[in-house]
Amino acid sequence: MTDASMDTPTPRRKKISLVADDARTKKRNKAEKRFQAYGIGAIAIGLFFLLVLATSILRSGIPAFTTTVVSVEFTLQQEEFDEAEGQLFKTKAYSNYFISALQTTLTEKGIKVSFDEASIERVMGKIGSTLREHYSASPDTLGQPVDFSLGASSRVDGYFKGRVTREGLQDSRFLTLADLDLVDALAEAGIITTTFDWNFITGADSGVDNPGGAGIGASVVGSFFMMLVVLFLSLPIGVAASIYLEEFAPQNRWTDLVEVNISNLAAVPSIVFGILGLAVFIQFAHLPQSAPLVGGLVLTLMTLPTIIISTRASLKAVPPSIRDAALGVGASRMQSVFHHVLPLAMPGILTGTIIGLAQALGETAPLLLIGMVGFVARGYPDGFISGFIDPNSAMPAQIYTWAARADASFYEKAWGGIIILLIFLLTMNIIAIILRRRFERRW
Amino acid sequence: MPVFWLIVIVLALAAVGFILGRARALQSAGGDRRDLHSLPIYYGSNVAMKSLVPAFLLMIGWLIAQPFAVNYAVSGMIPDSVISEGSSRGLILAEVRRTSDGLTNAVASGALTDDMARDAGADLDAVTTRLKDAGQVVTSQITQPVLHAAQRYRALNATGNWVMTGLVLLTALVGVLWGLKETNADFRARNVVEQGVMALLIAAASIAVLTTIGIVFSLIGNTWVFFNLYPAGDFFTLLEWAPSFSGRGGSSSLGVLPLLWGTFYISIVALLVAVPVGLFAAVYLSEYASPTVRSFAKPMLEVLAGIPTIVYGLFALLTIGPMLLSVFGPDGTGWMGGQRAVITAGLAMGIMLIPFVSSLSDDIINAVPQAMRDGSYGLGATKSETIKQVILPAALPGIVGAILLAASRAIGETMIVVLGAGAAARLSLNPFEAMTTVTAKIVSQLTGDSDFASPEALVAFALGMSLFVLTLGLNVLALFIVRKYREQYD
Repeated sequence: MTDASMDTPTPRRKKISLVADDARTKKRNKAEKRFQAYGIGAIAIGLFFLLVLATSILRSGIPAFTTTVVSVEFTLQQEEFDEAEGQLFKTKAYSNYFISALQTTLTEKGIKVSFDEASIERVMGKIGSTLREHYSASPDTLGQPVDFSLGASSRVDGYFKGRVTREGLQDSRFLTLADLDLVDALAEAGIITTTFDWNFITGADSGVDNPGGAGIGASVVGSFFMMLVVLFLSLPIGVAASIYLEEFAPQNRWTDLVEVNISNLAAVPSIVFGILGLAVFIQFAHLPQSAPLVGGLVLTLMTLPTIIISTRASLKAVPPSIRDAALGVGASRMQSVFHHVLPLAMPGILTGTIIGLAQALGETAPLLLIGMVGFVARGYPDGFISGFIDPNSAMPAQIYTWAARADASFYEKAWGGIIILLIFLLTMNIIAIILRRRFERRW
Repeated sequence: MPVFWLIVIVLALAAVGFILGRARALQSAGGDRRDLHSLPIYYGSNVAMKSLVPAFLLMIGWLIAQPFAVNYAVSGMIPDSVISEGSSRGLILAEVRRTSDGLTNAVASGALTDDMARDAGADLDAVTTRLKDAGQVVTSQITQPVLHAAQRYRALNATGNWVMTGLVLLTALVGVLWGLKETNADFRARNVVEQGVMALLIAAASIAVLTTIGIVFSLIGNTWVFFNLYPAGDFFTLLEWAPSFSGRGGSSSLGVLPLLWGTFYISIVALLVAVPVGLFAAVYLSEYASPTVRSFAKPMLEVLAGIPTIVYGLFALLTIGPMLLSVFGPDGTGWMGGQRAVITAGLAMGIMLIPFVSSLSDDIINAVPQAMRDGSYGLGATKSETIKQVILPAALPGIVGAILLAASRAIGETMIVVLGAGAAARLSLNPFEAMTTVTAKIVSQLTGDSDFASPEALVAFALGMSLFVLTLGLNVLALFIVRKYREQYD
């Protein structure tokens, strides 16, 4: 404020109260509140999406862990066996025995329902051939009660899990409304029950026509071998590269080039690594397609930048005084790094590696290109080496295969697979967090 | 597995060398380690290194070179007359390799004797039948030249493997002797070993560069082959994407523009979701939120970033798609035909990118110095005015960089679009229609058949090249903007 302005008579201003807000202040305060609300809204939207994602995974995925089983106690006498084997349609004779036995059981329990052979077949598959196989293989069980546990057909399974409803059902050769009456009756009699599906966790993939038998076990093994490759290649290479860049590299163009390269590689889309793997490892080096070894190599190249970046950060966090002290007592630079800096940086390096591995575990796109999809992973590898070179699937690739199949019952398996995949990822991340918490050092 | 055992033997040799070298050094110092130039383990390591490194280098080089040499030798045995119309030398050679593997497997399973597998005069039909019985033959009938080539291929490979084993073992042995010979008390073992370790470190750092070179070469090489089969002009200008699956090129129209349009459209939808939400979340978390809210909400949002993309793909296909369909589908407004659409994929991708935008922006906003906020408050600005007029302008280059990085992520994203966006290439403005992207087409052109000779498969490499150039360009641009317009406050 200058003297000149003092002389001019100031125009009379409106009285401003400090207690009551004027219009402009109110407007500004409203804008402030609005702005804050946008922020809260944005976070709420983010958390809402997370919630929706989590509930839809759990709601759709948990049914994959249960399966509907028909368990019947059935006794076949020697003479019935002989008679059935003497007939022209042997399996039909077995199913007739089974049906009459089932009828008797239901009547004993006071449940009335009518059914025929066709509806039994729609509910639990071809029971006759199952019985015949069993009694031909072990005739000594004749005359004794035997527990038969059979998987219910996938539509009956869907009925229990809410995928198939009475209202939405149209009579077809797969399932009719009358069959559902039978199913209800059997459930009431305790013959049809829902149990935990161990096969989903330990089993291998089934064909396109058998969603009930599909399991994720074999692809978990595939993922495991891939992660072994990634761990044993990317950890030493990543640590060595970071040590060089952080501790020894002179400031020159070559080092600059390497650094720019690494940060660019971290942003290259994963599918491009898949193309690289296809061209170099399969087209050029003729490594076996669909092998966990190739998948692991591709994922190694993809994970390396992540590991290098986090390793460099943890090497940088080790204070220079450690290096100076080591050099001061006569260690060489190499010794100071390997004996002092590296052990101190190790927790950070391991944390970064675990997070990199978790990323690699969930990566799908490169695996599609090297052929880890589109075939049925029917079994476990025979041994340690064949685990690396025999075709196998990996968890995310298996989930994709299921999601791409036409039969909607596979979707449930895909969600279930996601739950398993997320459990693995969660475990790895928790380990990383614990490592960080326990060994974190503040200098 | 002979290579495996070779590795084990070489490692064992090196271990023996280590012990011998250490002992020899101590002996030459008369048992007093204070007279040695270096610690005893360095003498041992020197010997081990001298046996391991040359041997393994030789082995790797040999393993890479041998297939080429053998292929070249075998390729000469196949007369041009055998190569039928529509086939190529490469395909015949692939068949030779398969037959050779078949012979080996058949011998291993006992269906064929080793002599029979080697015998050049063997009866063709008999060998074929036996191979078929052993389940080792893919083609219906092996031709005479192919069988001969396969036998030769097998023989050459066997010889090559033996020669390699011998040479590698010899090298390892010579290495041990060389290392032992130079070991004495005055030998500067530590310096030599450290130089070796340094070379290893440099080699490891070079792998990143090699990966880039590998990407560029595999893309350029195959793209080049593609452009020889299919005109480059058509690829860049045609407005239609319609690969034919029957013939070899000719009838296909492979224009990249509809795919690029689909890619951009889906990315724009994704950014429209992710940028406002992510940015506001970042502003709130860094400026308004109390430490408790921050420590809860920030990790929660970051969980979204840790979820694999296949999960988002499934989420798009099975949750978002049906949800949108019930609102905009035939039962609702009738705009949407199927659950796969641009908006389905865009929404899922947007959710995926929220934490990406928010945590990058959060870091950048936090980097704006407190003095600027205090100055603004001192002039009487409210918190939101400070943010809008001081902090965001100061953080703008960084935020733009973050958005560009998010865009590059969106363009390169594969699983969400493969599952959620559909398969039909379209040039349309309607976000409720199914469209497809560059990444989705790379997957669909390269999965299924392993014949890389047709333009329909090779086009995937040209698409990959476009994708690589595009994302690299965006990243470099982001880096450039951040570097050029960054305010220096200190």
